[in-house]
Amino acid sequence: MIRIEGLKKSYGAIKALDGIDLHVAAGELFAYLGPNGAGKTTTIRILTGLTRRSAGDAWLGGFHIEKEGLKAKKRFGLVMQSINLDQELTVWENLDIHGRLFGMSAGERKKKIDQMLSYIDLIDRKTALVKQLSGGMKRRLTIARAMIHSPEILFLDEPTVGLDAAIRRRIWALIKEIQEEGTTIFLTTHYIEEAEFLADRVAFLDEGRIVTIDTPQALMSRTGAWAIDHMDAGKMKTQYFQTRQEADTFITRQKESYTLRRVNLEDSFLLLTGKKVG
Amino acid sequence: MSGFIAVYLREMLILRRRIRRQVLSMSVSPLLYMIAFGYAMGGIKIEGHSYREFLIPGLVAMSSMTQAFAIAVDINVARFYWHIFEEFQAAPLSNIAYVSGEVLAGMTRAFLSVAIILVIGLFFRVCLNYSAVAFWLAIALDSFIFASLAVGLAMLVKSHADQAMFTSFVITPMAFLGGTFFPVDRLPVWAQKILFFLPLTHASKAIRASAYGHPVDYSSYLLLAIIGVVFFFGAIHCVNRARD
Repeated sequence: MIRIEGLKKSYGAIKALDGIDLHVAAGELFAYLGPNGAGKTTTIRILTGLTRRSAGDAWLGGFHIEKEGLKAKKRFGLVMQSINLDQELTVWENLDIHGRLFGMSAGERKKKIDQMLSYIDLIDRKTALVKQLSGGMKRRLTIARAMIHSPEILFLDEPTVGLDAAIRRRIWALIKEIQEEGTTIFLTTHYIEEAEFLADRVAFLDEGRIVTIDTPQALMSRTGAWAIDHMDAGKMKTQYFQTRQEADTFITRQKESYTLRRVNLEDSFLLLTGKKVG
Repeated sequence: MSGFIAVYLREMLILRRRIRRQVLSMSVSPLLYMIAFGYAMGGIKIEGHSYREFLIPGLVAMSSMTQAFAIAVDINVARFYWHIFEEFQAAPLSNIAYVSGEVLAGMTRAFLSVAIILVIGLFFRVCLNYSAVAFWLAIALDSFIFASLAVGLAMLVKSHADQAMFTSFVITPMAFLGGTFFPVDRLPVWAQKILFFLPLTHASKAIRASAYGHPVDYSSYLLLAIIGVVFFFGAIHCVNRARD
């Protein structure tokens, strides 16, 4: 559904993307995990036509992003990191304008807008101005807007950034439901738990390059099952273990304070890149 | 076609929400000009008409320029502040559909401001020949030029400050020198030669002549149409430049 070959983007001497190759299958929820400045948003901006590529190619649903740009654009919905809604328009008007941009008929728009507003629990607020909504409502509305024209692919650029934990969980449930209906989802995040909870596969991105791609479970199991954060000569260190027994043996030798926990994607990222994601 | 309607409809919905503020702000300047210049120069006759009769068509030309050009501010706010322009960029919307929608929105604002000026003129007992097709055609061409220029420029600027600078150095001088407040032929010949190249000079001339019921100078209309088409296609080209 998404194919990227040798994608590069430079801003002068700065390489934002340095040769990205990947393939996302239909119906997959693919997470792009990396620290700020790794190139996550740049990738989405190029794929969605907001930024020009410097080199390489990409296809969405079989259509080249530039040579067949208008056809490719009909295939995706985009949720940007910032809430890019028209604050002076109502909830309904925002969705209606979007439907018109995608060439939907009046009947299709009415049916789909009602359906999506019910889906995100905003049907009672359809005549409210967007500026009157809470942050969580606005985020749900941006996702609903991106889904109005029933895209095959949904790009989500840091969809839960700045939201509290409860709202974040609600957005995750919404994303899962969208995927279950067959939509391919390309998600960028720097929240470890978001990638772990949602993704079928995860790509680690660092300095414009993909370090590795695999399922969250496979990435974590490469690192180990258990981690112990402990003090060593005044410095915090982390030790990884494949079994709880190995971890317990290590603990018996510990003289200073320690924390035993399950390995997460942050550990895998740290081990591969020497950096933290968040 | 639906993309063009979406772009235009969005601007109109926003205009409708702001209509009271918009009408008030569009009324202030012409009202002040009519009070200040209209009364101060009340006794002066230009081309056989009172100064107020001279001023109203000039204000129509100036206001249709400034209000059509003001669409650039809305585009910039949508682009730099609300990031709504990205919604258009990511949609299957052709550049021509986007530019057409924004230009028509700019022209609509211009016609609204013209209507306000004509009403203000009536309060000052100025009623000229507003039924002439040539009068409205000149306004349409004037607003088409500056709305197209606004869209193109909004795509090129990198900040609000750049936009304000262009207004200060180009639009404001043109508003004062393009035949709004005094006849261009009273200026030195060298100045007239420079002003000949400004679209507002021709728009003022055409609007004033048609409002007076004088014979139409088709060369002004042709020139305005050519400039408008050039700016319109320039704006279409500039939309691609707005991408990183």
